[in-house]
Amino acid sequence: MRFKRFIAVLSARNLEFIRDRSALSWNIVLPVLIVFGFAFAFTTSSQDLFKVGVYDQQKQAPTVEAFLKLKHIQFITVEALETAITKVERHQLDMLLDSSSGSYWINDSSANGYMLEQLLKRPGDTTLNKQTVTGDAIRYVDWLIPGVLGMNIMFSSLFGVGYVIVRYRKNGVLKRLKATPLTAFEFLSAQVVSRLWLIVAVTSLVYAGTDLLVGFRMYGSYLSLLLVLVLGTFSMICLSLIVAARLSNEETANGILNLVSWPMMMLSGVWFSLEGSPDIIQQLALIFPLTHMIQAARAIMIDGDGLLQVTDHILILIIMSVVFMTIGARSFKWE
Amino acid sequence: MSCILQVEKLVKHFGTVEAVNGVSFTIERGTCFGLLGPNGAGKTTTVEMMEGILPSTSGSIQYKGAPADETFRDEAGIMFQETSLQEFIQVGETLELFSRFYSHTRPLDELIERCALGEYLDRDVRKLSGGQRQRLLLAIALVNDPEIVFLDEPTTGLDPQARRNFWQLVNDIKQEQKTLVLTTHYMEEAYELCDEIAIMDHGRIIAQGSPRALLKKHFDNSVILLPANEVPETLDQDPRLKLHRMNGQVEILSEDVNATIDLLMAQRIPLTHLQIRSRTLEDLFLELTGRGLRS
Ligand SMILES: Nc1ncnc2c1ncn2[C@@H]1O[C@H](COP(=O)(O)OP(=O)(O)OP(=O)(O)O)[C@@H](O)[C@H]1O
Ligand SMILES: [Mg+2]
Repeated sequence: MRFKRFIAVLSARNLEFIRDRSALSWNIVLPVLIVFGFAFAFTTSSQDLFKVGVYDQQKQAPTVEAFLKLKHIQFITVEALETAITKVERHQLDMLLDSSSGSYWINDSSANGYMLEQLLKRPGDTTLNKQTVTGDAIRYVDWLIPGVLGMNIMFSSLFGVGYVIVRYRKNGVLKRLKATPLTAFEFLSAQVVSRLWLIVAVTSLVYAGTDLLVGFRMYGSYLSLLLVLVLGTFSMICLSLIVAARLSNEETANGILNLVSWPMMMLSGVWFSLEGSPDIIQQLALIFPLTHMIQAARAIMIDGDGLLQVTDHILILIIMSVVFMTIGARSFKWE
Repeated sequence: MSCILQVEKLVKHFGTVEAVNGVSFTIERGTCFGLLGPNGAGKTTTVEMMEGILPSTSGSIQYKGAPADETFRDEAGIMFQETSLQEFIQVGETLELFSRFYSHTRPLDELIERCALGEYLDRDVRKLSGGQRQRLLLAIALVNDPEIVFLDEPTTGLDPQARRNFWQLVNDIKQEQKTLVLTTHYMEEAYELCDEIAIMDHGRIIAQGSPRALLKKHFDNSVILLPANEVPETLDQDPRLKLHRMNGQVEILSEDVNATIDLLMAQRIPLTHLQIRSRTLEDLFLELTGRGLRS
């Protein structure tokens, strides 16, 4: 590998990307618009249903029995108190009730929590034990941001590398390069690195822009988030190398890339949580690198998880990258 | 002189298409070797196998006595019949890009001046005219100061003036003792530039030699041309005249021009519009392949 040749291809590819205005603006403007649109669509319509997390439903203190029979309240059984309390802090639960001990948690800035408290407490009742937590609501847009960033990264990785290499092959750019001492490895790594850092740059820009526009939560470390995004991007670029290894027809490449990207967009939990969907869908989603990237990013941004808590996702992304890269590079043909 | 490239019994089949059917030749260092032939003769296929772009079905190609390896790609300059360059990259940047691929390069300034690209350095490669584009592709082929240069139909689509300018460029390269491999449809081009010519048809070489030697070997006669309406058809069957009509003219092949003219005068044929020309590679090609080069 000659570094000089790698750098030469890298800078040429960067120039091409930056000068290709339509692709550039598409890459930046689209995700900002999506986030912006959703931010407005969802700030107005707050859920009209009350959500109460119930811990230890087996033994019910007599005072809470009547409360648990109320209509138009969604009672959700929770397994662990700790995580449920965090949900109250983020307004994902309006109230948390430990039905055996009679302790309950509400957020002091939540109107829903206040209403529920009035329903729960009977005048003169002293068996209940109130605990207050603080914290701002997690809005849909906070949850959506990692998904939209992930989706943008996915499209940019797949089409920005896969489609471009197929186009190069079709119109003879690759043939001309083959006639030089440039090796396939130098060429491919330049394509990968160029796209990787462009995606990181564009994603940071989009992140900062949307944050400025709608302002969203980030409880974890930026470095962890960066690592997860870089790994996810890398794995999806490697995936596109497989598509780009042999094809010389843009339409076929386009079809295959769509076949790969659309299921990912629908099933990787970009728009809605997979938690409520059938088991089979949840299992299926795990074959997509995008799922792991988004889940890890959400864990970091919304739950404030550290790298250790998302190790599974990171390991899977690394394994996927290695497998995809090996297949893609081995089967690569200039023509 | 030493041989730089040796091709032996080269064969290339694309499925059932037998594009190249066993060609052999050697190219001497510092000479210009021309492959001449009609569309589909197998020129590009042959050249691309020599360049290491296409794998051969069978046969061998030796560069400096050994199969081509990485040094070959470092030392060869290649201009394809059709090439597309990366979009959104300017002329100067393209030259820069290619120059960084090689271990040894020519100064870009000199190359730019020689190929008259100075005015277009900042232009997107897609916005060049045909002639400017060919000059850029030639400059790319020369960027590594190659020992051997492959030019596949470099002047197709150029106007006569641009073609002459291009020939001048190629002649300059020849002056530097570089080896050239050229394919062309144009006989004048082969005649002007090549030291050795191989005429190809249907994937085979049907004649080979220096332009002069080829003409001398095949032709010791001239062509006499007359307007067709001035030559009565009764003469068509005359065994003393090798005569045939085409495009409103009569062509008479003659080994002894004086004798033929005497014969025509005896028949009282007006000679006002008579033309005599010696036979060209074009005639040779027609004779060898039975068809026109550019048809
Ligand atoms: N990739 C291919 N697949 C199938 N057939 C091919 C392929 N490339 C060339 N051929 C066939 O091989 C034959 C020789 O083609 P080639 O391009 O070498 O001709 P050429 O002499 O360069 O013609 P031209 O003067 O038109 O450039 C043609 O019949 C062509 O159709
Ligand atoms: Mg050709």
